[in-house]
Amino acid sequence: MVETMDQIFVTSKHWLVGLVPTQCQPFFSALLSVAAIVITFATLFAITTLLERKGLGRIQNRYGPNRVGPYGIFQPIADGLKALTKEDVVPRTADKAVHYLAPLALVVPVFLALAVVPVGRNMAALDTDAGVLFFFAVGAATELSVFMAGWSSRNKYSLLGAMRAIAQMISYEVPLILSAVTVIMAASSLSAVKIVEAQAGYWGIIPRWYVLTPWGLAGFILFMIAATAESNRSPFDLPEGESELIAGYYTEYSGFKFALFFLGEYLGLFAVSGLGITLFLGGWHAPLAGLGWIPSWIWFFAKLLALIATFIWVRGTLPRLRTDQLMSFAWKLMLPMALANILAAGAWRFMPAGVTRWIGCSLLVAVPYLLFARALTGRGQLVKRVYKYAD
Amino acid sequence: MSAPLLGEGIIKGLAETARNFVGSYFKKDRLVTVQYPEERLPQKEAARNFPFLVYDGEDWQKGLRCVACQICEKECPPQCIYIVKDTVRKPDYVGKLQFQPKVFDIDTSVCMSCQICVEVCPFDAIKMDVEYELSTSDRFNGLLLRKGQLAKSNDYYRKIHPAEAAEVDGRLGVEKAKAAAKAKATAAAKPASAPAAAPAPALAH
Repeated sequence: MVETMDQIFVTSKHWLVGLVPTQCQPFFSALLSVAAIVITFATLFAITTLLERKGLGRIQNRYGPNRVGPYGIFQPIADGLKALTKEDVVPRTADKAVHYLAPLALVVPVFLALAVVPVGRNMAALDTDAGVLFFFAVGAATELSVFMAGWSSRNKYSLLGAMRAIAQMISYEVPLILSAVTVIMAASSLSAVKIVEAQAGYWGIIPRWYVLTPWGLAGFILFMIAATAESNRSPFDLPEGESELIAGYYTEYSGFKFALFFLGEYLGLFAVSGLGITLFLGGWHAPLAGLGWIPSWIWFFAKLLALIATFIWVRGTLPRLRTDQLMSFAWKLMLPMALANILAAGAWRFMPAGVTRWIGCSLLVAVPYLLFARALTGRGQLVKRVYKYAD
Repeated sequence: MSAPLLGEGIIKGLAETARNFVGSYFKKDRLVTVQYPEERLPQKEAARNFPFLVYDGEDWQKGLRCVACQICEKECPPQCIYIVKDTVRKPDYVGKLQFQPKVFDIDTSVCMSCQICVEVCPFDAIKMDVEYELSTSDRFNGLLLRKGQLAKSNDYYRKIHPAEAAEVDGRLGVEKAKAAAKAKATAAAKPASAPAAAPAPALAH
């Protein structure tokens, strides 16, 4: 029974594929996987927009949307209808072809990236030996779409927003990948499925996830910060800072193209959270030893929702950074910390297991953090800004 | 290390928002939102927006205090009041025969809620209303309020502005008593003659 529930999607897919002629089977199998990913994550996007608005409302002691249906649960449908029926305005001087392609160039790579994330046991649409590499490669393509949108709109705000977005995404790509490198070192594999398998098993009831090691915890925090910046979410949402840039690179987008950008942004968030789960949080493994009877895909999506909740929480808490703060944070703290963390992961690999390894590796992470933090705060970086004439 | 650790402020902020999030589900006083169409705040006594006409008694056509003196029409800065005097007179609250308005319109799309009409009215006939749900799909006729729509009872006035209405009632009561005493004195001076001026009809309360 447990096995059936766990593999229900896999077996039903096999059954469906068996129904078509043999020569069509590979194509049909791929089509089914794509359809599953598109439907699942698009639904999750709808749920997340509602949860985000509700959560932010509660954080600000408001109700949030509660008019459409009971507790506002039909709000995403109303939003979708609104986006579909809005007029699609393209600026007269815009580069129409590029302007049209930009939202597609965002959504398609993000769906591709989602394909390598294992959402359950035997449930990775694309199990390649270089899964993580593939993820980062297609993930980097979203930067192209952002610049396409900014450039083709022929709008100074769009272009400025796109420039900011490119600078930010390239800067944070470095710590994102370097923090993922630790896991690749530990698992000795680039395959997402193998990385999840490497985190199987338990110490007593504590799972053997990489996040529960000193370098794993630091790597996870670095990864999530970089992921926030990669997906242009608050507090790193400078590219669309409405007080400065109207809406950044999608100033000139309206109607369903805007909705596609919105969708792409959230799907990027899911993809990078899914990769974070795969790399650090044990993928679809249960968080405690006795809970293996709950289907693996439930665990994956529970972890995904928990990470999304954290993203919403952070969004409701932190104000937007300034561009110089953003850059100094990436290059002066995140990057050196990611490098120090790789060193700690290496030490973890070669030291004998025991308390010494724990203390040694913790120190290898904590001491650089304290030093870098002190250097940054001491030299006037990342300190509270004093407004000389305003006080 | 004396300086706060880098990232400490973020943890504090996260704790604060978490407190807000959880607290909003358990403490009702955190959610200050008034969900308007279903919930309403009690009306403030000082609230006022558009003028209305006060009438005494049950029948608004008989009891309207307005005597069509047209002072408000002349004083109204945006000139949103339109009055046509009637040729027929009717007795007022002290029994004196007065003119009455045949037409009394206020265009609320023009009215600027300045309350000058209320201040100049010597008969306490026009007062400020608190009604605010005035949206209409017909912006020309729907916002032009006719005499019948403007007439509201003195009871309503007492309900929306109790202190002010009590003061007005007191003043009118004194005047009425004075008029009644005078009428009695006149009647006593000329006991033989027929009482030409009938006692004040019970229009005022």
